[in-house]
Amino acid sequence: MVARVADVSMRRRSFLQGLGLVAGGLTLGLLDEAEALAAPPAKAGAKAAGAPEGLSPNPFVHVSPAGEVVVVCQRSEMGQGVRSSLHVVIADELGADLARVRVVQAEGDKKYGDQNTDGSRSVRNDWVKLRQMGAMARTQLVAVAATRWRVPATECVARDHAVWHDRSKRTLGFGELAVDAGKLRVPDVKKIQLRPRSELRHVGTELPLRDGPDIVTGRGQFGADVKLPGMLVAVVERPPVVGGKVATFDATKALAVKGVRKVVELPTPQGAPAFQPRGGVAVIADHTWAAMRGRAALSITWDHGPNEIYDSDAYREQILSSVRAPGQVMRKVGDVDKAFAEAARTLEAEYYLPHLAHAAMEPPAALASFKDGACEVWATTQNPQAARTEVARALGIGEDKVKVNVTLVGGGFGRKSKADFVSEAALLSREAQAPVRVQWTREDDIRHDYFHTVSAQSLKVALDKDGKVTAWRHRTAFPPIPSTFDATQKRPSEGELGQGVLDLPLAIPNVQAEAGEAPAHVRIGWLRSVCNIFHGFAIGTFVDEVAHARGQDPRATWLDILGPARNLTPEEAGVKKIPNYGTPIADHPVEVGGLRNVIEKVTELSGWEAKRKAGQALGLSAHRSFLTSVAVVASAKRGKDGKPVIDEVWIVADAGLIVNAERVRSQLEGAVIFGMSVLFHGAITMRKGAVEQTNFRDYPVMRIGEAPRRIHVHVVPSEARPGGVGEPGVPPVAPAIANALFALDGTRHRQLPLSAKRPG
Amino acid sequence: MIALRVNGTEHTVDADPDMPLLWVVRDLIGLTGTKYGCGEALCGACVVHLDGEAVRACVTPISKAAGRSVTTIEGLSKDGNHPLQKAWVELGVPQCGYCQSGQIMSAAALLAKKPKPTNAEIDTSLAGNICRCGTYTRIRAAVRVAAGLPKEE
Ligand code: FES
Ligand code: FES
Repeated sequence: MVARVADVSMRRRSFLQGLGLVAGGLTLGLLDEAEALAAPPAKAGAKAAGAPEGLSPNPFVHVSPAGEVVVVCQRSEMGQGVRSSLHVVIADELGADLARVRVVQAEGDKKYGDQNTDGSRSVRNDWVKLRQMGAMARTQLVAVAATRWRVPATECVARDHAVWHDRSKRTLGFGELAVDAGKLRVPDVKKIQLRPRSELRHVGTELPLRDGPDIVTGRGQFGADVKLPGMLVAVVERPPVVGGKVATFDATKALAVKGVRKVVELPTPQGAPAFQPRGGVAVIADHTWAAMRGRAALSITWDHGPNEIYDSDAYREQILSSVRAPGQVMRKVGDVDKAFAEAARTLEAEYYLPHLAHAAMEPPAALASFKDGACEVWATTQNPQAARTEVARALGIGEDKVKVNVTLVGGGFGRKSKADFVSEAALLSREAQAPVRVQWTREDDIRHDYFHTVSAQSLKVALDKDGKVTAWRHRTAFPPIPSTFDATQKRPSEGELGQGVLDLPLAIPNVQAEAGEAPAHVRIGWLRSVCNIFHGFAIGTFVDEVAHARGQDPRATWLDILGPARNLTPEEAGVKKIPNYGTPIADHPVEVGGLRNVIEKVTELSGWEAKRKAGQALGLSAHRSFLTSVAVVASAKRGKDGKPVIDEVWIVADAGLIVNAERVRSQLEGAVIFGMSVLFHGAITMRKGAVEQTNFRDYPVMRIGEAPRRIHVHVVPSEARPGGVGEPGVPPVAPAIANALFALDGTRHRQLPLSAKRPG
Repeated sequence: MIALRVNGTEHTVDADPDMPLLWVVRDLIGLTGTKYGCGEALCGACVVHLDGEAVRACVTPISKAAGRSVTTIEGLSKDGNHPLQKAWVELGVPQCGYCQSGQIMSAAALLAKKPKPTNAEIDTSLAGNICRCGTYTRIRAAVRVAAGLPKEE
């Protein structure tokens, strides 16, 4: 029992850390991590049995005697472009010819360091580490060439897949050096010389989409596309209410369906949901259709458990009343109450955003083969190490007995960091004594998600007689992510508040942020940009409301409220700490100038002033998240039928240094559409503890006809330390468009989604 | 036993007449380029051509395909050289890629009928294809490029 509790808290800690929700302390510095990744210094000439011939100074890079460079992609590809980007960092640092670099997808293994592909962290966290991995190999290749030529290594350079001694015009290809280089002691990563930035030839350019040809021909392998001989397919009926379990079930009819092999009850999860499978009844069959029909023929009665009380209408009132009363003070500067009492006037607004489902186009799917006490898995996972841990735990075997292969991920958005579906496949393979693929239907995906949390917020400002903002109060209440790992957690964590509430620069003398209580009744997860979605929406809309109340251009109000260019300190913000997505502010400050700059740039590029003067309906918003500042302008107009359409969107991002300009652009375009789904469409609602929505019929997302005519993307050129890209584009989109709609028809939107008001 | 032709090859499958073409193609024939996204004709991930017409394989019972000719993404072209496939790669349309075989198959059916579609016609033909990654503006542009039109209307 005790062990279990400890397990859960450890798990919780590591996942929250991954999210940047827990302050560092245990996290390794980049250098330490790179050092740990480097192979232990081998005795000269020693080669591990079975190791490939050639040079492998660390798990990320291998140079073969034939001159092929193999680079491992340790992160999951889910559309953000890691498989078209990360290898380039290693290859450039090495001096490899990209045409002779092969990319191999890593399985889940701690030797790669962190592999959890979320938090927009692949480049921002791995940039230095990947360069070090490439530089290690380069150092060894150069050392061998220098020895052969009897010249100092400092006179040799690696470029174009070879080492050159320019003075004597000699050159040796990487392949010719690989075997001898592999015999050298692995260099100390701390002493390794990284190239000057100017020598990284491909970094920052438009890089080709490596998986493009496979995808457009149907060859790309996603979670449900892997096959094994003798494989069966399972579909699971899970308890409709979280915390519920099977009371009784009758499988007679299901077993009578042609192709159904077996019906199995899955174990009921114990304690907090964490990443455990939900339990329920699985139908295992020869193919997917038989499994689906078998499941439809099951008759199950459920014991719903305590969460049956969850009702979205009642809960909405509950969390709104939570933000109508004082909460736990999490940020404090000056005295807001005094300022409100002395104000010429105050302005207050409430915002409510619903639960959302991730609804990636690929529903969860995993294939597992359990044999002789070991399990191999192929899964569409964002987090193969977590999948490995969870599968080992579910089966009660050691992690060394579990191998997790990563397929292409058909959209993740945070859902596929959770390994519940992978463990299901493993348990069912053991039961069936055959390889089993678990296929989630769309209905399963919508009903049994780790939902984006529901939230209520209240924002209030005080204005003096000149319209100057003298106080700002932000109250927020939402069931927090930590509740998924520890049911006693009812208040937002510091990391979640660090997503827009604690870290918002405000040049206002009195500031207070308060967190309300909100117990969870479903599994709460993280969805693309997480709490920034609702914090960014409320802030972005409220700034526009303040501008309107002051009779001022929203752009001027934004710049006025943010204040002058400076680095936000915890002292100024009135917080103990700025969580900053797990990165110390000393390394990556909250630069107000960066946020101001993207606002200035986006208003310039969109023709903000001229168009507004000409009476066009434009909306603006800005938000910093995952260390990246983004501003958005949207233009709304009336379509032929008189209904509003979003015509053009401009999005400007300062993400520091970027690796693949082309994929960065595509991520920002995608973020605009994702943000529009948040604004217009998505809502998960609960009755009697169960999800009401079923499929895209009642959980609509954006379709092509609603997409803006044009999305203009601008990325601020920068050589600064990289920020995130996958998520930060999302938060400012919905408020910018809501503000444009306000400019169009004077209706203020404070509750999402607007789908009822907007025709599809 | 039901006979059908898939990408030019004759297949005989042992399936109930109501088994959707999607699962026949994926699970019985083993062509996994056609994707499952909703099972209810709501998302377009499963679009294939049945005698040249775009259909949603998830709601097309195999009995309807009996004796007819099915084209999946794997059979759209020999070497991925259909103008749409080339435009898709050139413009970097895919993000995760999961929806894209359905998008391309819908677009191919459109171009077969309307070699120079307007944006409105593209939007109408692809209205049933969801892309959660949000590649819509590039899809429009790539259909136009494949049709020999300028990227933007
Ligand atoms: S799977 Fe057929 S339309 Fe969605
Ligand atoms: S590219 Fe991911 S759903 Fe379309």
